[in-house]
Amino acid sequence: MNSKLKIFFKGIVDVSPLMIPVVPFGIIFGVLSIDLGLTPITTMAMSIIIFGGASQIIFLQLFSAGASSLVILSSVGAVNSRHMLYGLVLSEHMSDLKIFWKIIISYFLVDQAFAVSNSYLKNNDNKDRAFHVFGGGATCWVVWQTTTIIGIFLGSVIPEKLGLSFAIPLTFLALLVNDFRKLINIIVIIISGLVATLGYELIPFKAYVIVAAAVGLIAAMILTKFMRIKE
Amino acid sequence: MIEWSLIIYCGLITFFSRFSMIALLKKEMFTDRIRVVLSFVPSAIFPAIIFPAIFLNNAGDFMLENNPKIFAAVIAIIIGLITKNVIATIFSGLISYWFLIFIIFS
Repeated sequence: MNSKLKIFFKGIVDVSPLMIPVVPFGIIFGVLSIDLGLTPITTMAMSIIIFGGASQIIFLQLFSAGASSLVILSSVGAVNSRHMLYGLVLSEHMSDLKIFWKIIISYFLVDQAFAVSNSYLKNNDNKDRAFHVFGGGATCWVVWQTTTIIGIFLGSVIPEKLGLSFAIPLTFLALLVNDFRKLINIIVIIISGLVATLGYELIPFKAYVIVAAAVGLIAAMILTKFMRIKE
Repeated sequence: MIEWSLIIYCGLITFFSRFSMIALLKKEMFTDRIRVVLSFVPSAIFPAIIFPAIFLNNAGDFMLENNPKIFAAVIAIIIGLITKNVIATIFSGLISYWFLIFIIFS
């Protein structure tokens, strides 16, 4: 077995435990998308073309609320800005790769793949080490597409009375729960949440997500300047 | 159809947010300061989804009383802090929400 394939499989093995939470997330996405009136084909296209859980759910939320295209695109862009951080961290390990592989691996660079590959890449200097990200991301891709399909089928069975749309805030809450332990994060969370809630009706074009995120980031800039943080 | 072009644009934005740093920018362009601020991106964006979905009803009115979502969210946060587990957080919130709407508030 050549080293690329070996590292690819190592990525699959390492990312596997992180796939457990992706299963309900993907199913919830499929169910909600059908609930909100999107077709199975559009739902599937979102999982393949966008391939990002948070982006897809924000898309659903804003699209079904009748937000404008510009607001949807800028909100998805804002949610994605964390990926730039991943790319930044990984770029030094991928500088020797051909542009083709950079494109492929970028498509598969999701939160879970970054989480497991970050430590692997730091401790290995094999020239093909970036294929670890590919293995992790491809695993996540298969799980995400499969669970989207399951969700699409369940979406037409699950009654609306269950109020499954409440799973959206719960999912994001779950992703944030470790930040509830840090003071600056708590302040940023409360500021952003209040701006979004109070601005929901006041801010035009459903731009409350972007406005709240911008205010929250400015608050984080100010707070981190004045409060020493040690991670 | 507008939703198709939107999905494709969102796909491009998502792809380029992952690709841009790997392919286009130099590492030196990012100072430690920018990195610290970027680490707050989830804390700045996710509450903008969470808070209105919990505190506002479908018509956009503020709902502080008789709102089972607030209780369910608090339970989810507590379970999340204890277990540090994503699924446990989501399902504890959902199950307490169902318990409240179908048994207590009904």
